[in-house]
Amino acid sequence: MNAKKYPLRLHVNGETYELEVKPQRTLLEVLRNELELTGTNEGCATGDCGACTVLLDGVPVTSCLVFALDAHERQITTIEGLGTTEALHPLQRAFVERGAIQCGYCTPGLIMSAYALLQQNPQPTEAEVRHFIAGNLCRCTGYTKVVEAVLAAAEVSEQ
Amino acid sequence: MKPFEYYAPETLEAAVEIMARYEEGVYPVAGGTDLIPKMRYGQIQPKVVVNLKRIPGLAEIVPQDDGSLKIGALATLTQVASSPKVRERYLMVAQIAGKMASVPVRNLATVGGNLCNAAPSADLAPPLIALDAEAVIFGPQGERRVPLEAFFTGPGQTVLGRGELLTAVVVPPPDPQARGTYIKHAHREALDIAIVGVAAWVRFEEGGSVCEDAHIVLGAVAPTPIRAREAEAAIRGAPLTEERIAEAGRLAAEAARPIDDVRGSAWYRREMVAVLTRRALFSVTISQ
Ligand SMILES: Cc1cc2nc3c(=O)[nH]c(=O)nc-3n(C[C@H](O)[C@H](O)[C@H](O)COP(=O)(O)OP(=O)(O)OC[C@H]3O[C@@H](n4cnc5c(N)ncnc54)[C@H](O)[C@@H]3O)c2cc1C
Ligand code: FES
Ligand code: FES
Repeated sequence: MNAKKYPLRLHVNGETYELEVKPQRTLLEVLRNELELTGTNEGCATGDCGACTVLLDGVPVTSCLVFALDAHERQITTIEGLGTTEALHPLQRAFVERGAIQCGYCTPGLIMSAYALLQQNPQPTEAEVRHFIAGNLCRCTGYTKVVEAVLAAAEVSEQ
Repeated sequence: MKPFEYYAPETLEAAVEIMARYEEGVYPVAGGTDLIPKMRYGQIQPKVVVNLKRIPGLAEIVPQDDGSLKIGALATLTQVASSPKVRERYLMVAQIAGKMASVPVRNLATVGGNLCNAAPSADLAPPLIALDAEAVIFGPQGERRVPLEAFFTGPGQTVLGRGELLTAVVVPPPDPQARGTYIKHAHREALDIAIVGVAAWVRFEEGGSVCEDAHIVLGAVAPTPIRAREAEAAIRGAPLTEERIAEAGRLAAEAARPIDDVRGSAWYRREMVAVLTRRALFSVTISQ
């Protein structure tokens, strides 16, 4: 089959990238392999785990289920766009402080989901947090600490 | 995944023209949440992919002059779940849309994709069929409409012909005398596919408990979503009593043609059709 590449312009974390990609590449693959933004993880590649969650035009999506070409000219925010090692985002700090990270594989996706939740609902209830992050699977924490961290970050942002 | 030719047309006519060029191997993509996993699992290998998301207007939810509601094929599950137009008229549709898959998948997944993928378990099919929705199809010969019930022809199969796309579903005006509910039976609340789904829609006589009309639609228990017509007939024209509800459950179970799979055995599914049909009918009776 043809190995034709297609032009692609991505706006990621405020920067614009001009690329040429194969049509079958997913947004997740391009973020990780072309842009070397490896914070976004691949768990399942079929939409089930949420490890690949990024914001596309402001809403969380599983980037393994998006053809990169479909993200042409659209705004993407990844975990690298939230905080830096020196200046963590309040959500990142809360995850660290509350022990909501164990192996950390699910963390970038969970934080992007939580970030999207707090943007649309700055003071969620525990039930709202649990429902919103139901698409992010975590094999380690049992979720309790994750939920605590999101609620703690919501409180910090309120102050 | 294997490479394919990619198009992102900006009009419906252009999309249809591209689609019609190929006899096979051409797939439209909406949310991609069914298509991409199927490509990953090697179940399909598209030669051509036509992205429908650049076509303006296809995602709109628009009330029509006759009181019906046109839900664009490209409307996402998130849009449907949060749309006041859907919530006020057809709560059961908004409610299930807000519970399918997960938040990040619902932000991608579309109404049209759920229906065109034609999984026997597709959650939007039973409630929309119960509401007598119509599928609006656009193709090389122009527009045609078919009752959504007749849209599905087998697992993964629809009436869509070469070059044809689903552009919308039209749901008839809400009936103030009617109540509907959809019960999805699954192991988990999120990220799970229905073992059995039952939608019930009942129109009651004004001020009474007599059932004037009923639609009972079963999901995940036959090659396509199906109406349980004997069960419907058993409750039509009489008060919805416990005995009639039990009889409707029994007849609905008889109408099911379930299979054994990882989610449940055929026997279990059939039993659950009876249980859920009863539960759905009780719930519309009580909420009356
Ligand atoms: C993790 C996960 C959980 C899920 N949970 C559920 C669930 O709870 N309930 C449920 O019912 N489904 C579920 N699904 C399946 C899927 O998300 C839904 O069926 C969704 O609505 C599909 O829409 P889409 O826009 O992503 O379809 P796509 O993947 O874009 O398309 C699906 C099929 O329809 C065709 N198609 C799409 N749009 C059109 C059109 N307008 N005209 C003609 N053909 C078209 C495509 O070619 C393809 O064959 C889940 C999927 C995942 C990955
Ligand atoms: S890698 Fe995308 S949901 Fe698992
Ligand atoms: S911390 Fe290990 S998967 Fe969540």
